[in-house]
Amino acid sequence: MRYVYLIFILGVVGMVSILGPRGSKSTKPPLEVFPDMDRMPKYHPQAESGFFADGRTDRLPVDGSIARGTYIADEYLATGKRGETFGKGFPIEVDNDAIARGEDRYNIYCTVCHGGAGDGDGITKKYGMLTVANLTDARLSEYTDGQLYDVVKNGKGLMYGYADRLSVEDRWNVVLYVRALQRAANGSAKDLTPAKREELGL
Amino acid sequence: MSNVFPKWSNALPLKIIVFVFILAAAVVSGITYYATPSYTRVGYEPVQPVPYDHSFHVGELGLDCRYCHSKVEESGHANIPASSTCMACHSMIKTDSELLEPVRASFASGEPLPWVRVHQTPDYVYFNHSVHVNRGVSCVECHGEVNKMEIVKHDQPMSMGWCLECHRNPEEYLRPIAEVTNLDWVHPGGEKGQIEDGKKFVEEWNVNPPQSCTGCHR
Repeated sequence: MRYVYLIFILGVVGMVSILGPRGSKSTKPPLEVFPDMDRMPKYHPQAESGFFADGRTDRLPVDGSIARGTYIADEYLATGKRGETFGKGFPIEVDNDAIARGEDRYNIYCTVCHGGAGDGDGITKKYGMLTVANLTDARLSEYTDGQLYDVVKNGKGLMYGYADRLSVEDRWNVVLYVRALQRAANGSAKDLTPAKREELGL
Repeated sequence: MSNVFPKWSNALPLKIIVFVFILAAAVVSGITYYATPSYTRVGYEPVQPVPYDHSFHVGELGLDCRYCHSKVEESGHANIPASSTCMACHSMIKTDSELLEPVRASFASGEPLPWVRVHQTPDYVYFNHSVHVNRGVSCVECHGEVNKMEIVKHDQPMSMGWCLECHRNPEEYLRPIAEVTNLDWVHPGGEKGQIEDGKKFVEEWNVNPPQSCTGCHR
């Protein structure tokens, strides 16, 4: 019996030393002990496909087609242009919610380069990002709303467009927030209410 | 006749029974420890086509999770970014890096990068990212401190029991929506504050995590 236990203990020690503790790092795909129906022959987003020639389950839209429900009839809302020229004004409702949403999106997508205050002093500058625009300078303050919208959507110069990550509404919200940043950077004591001015001792 | 079974054999049945019990206990604990996702999945860190370092991009540069995983608030699937997302910076920064060659090639050709999926729930589980992040479940609860990972690894077991821990006690995990992508956030009031606020969120947002089978298995 002693030998049986000895072999048993050796077996346990062997298993434990081969398998190691929980959470050990491994580059091998996880073993599925009970496969059940864990992997079914169905398509997942952004996954591989054995059926389509390009090997993707995600299909690109056919050239010249627009996905149902995404067509925007209002040209200014969609492009920031009225005819050939960039327009002025906001085609979305301008309120605190819109600015707050713009701030939220700005801080996700814009802050890294343009900086939290919009002065072009984002962290990427340190790593060699070239010519990041100062959004609060006179040149960009004179941009029309439609023109700013177009930059957010399609990019400009070295900047890539953000159309894939910001919805039409969100692009306008960001423009609105950029306008707020411009106001803040170029404001003076005169912009404050008398009560606020007194509070700050101006 | 009296010598067929020696004296020691009297104790043998008992010894065998004891051994069988010990063996069974060892097998059961072995299976519990090794044949469950806590062992099989946690720690999985596949080799990616480009060694993207989350600890640098998120931890040091401060990129928001949504800069790349941009559709996580709208879609059930948290998307892997397009190569153009990388190129927004890397068309100017580290343009001659060899490690980034696959990204440049993908951007030029339009062929997607073959990123290796780390987290994959079974196909009969219908997990929706957007409902979770829009109800105050942080990325960190399921994915761990990705902002500190040089190589992304599978951090949590993602077993059914693990899902249910939160579905049964959501107040222990919910946080303000604005802090969902802030992976370092902990409730300033400690555990007590978390439970208090958590209960408030559960009520205000009408959080009612399903515990029935059909909630997740459809």
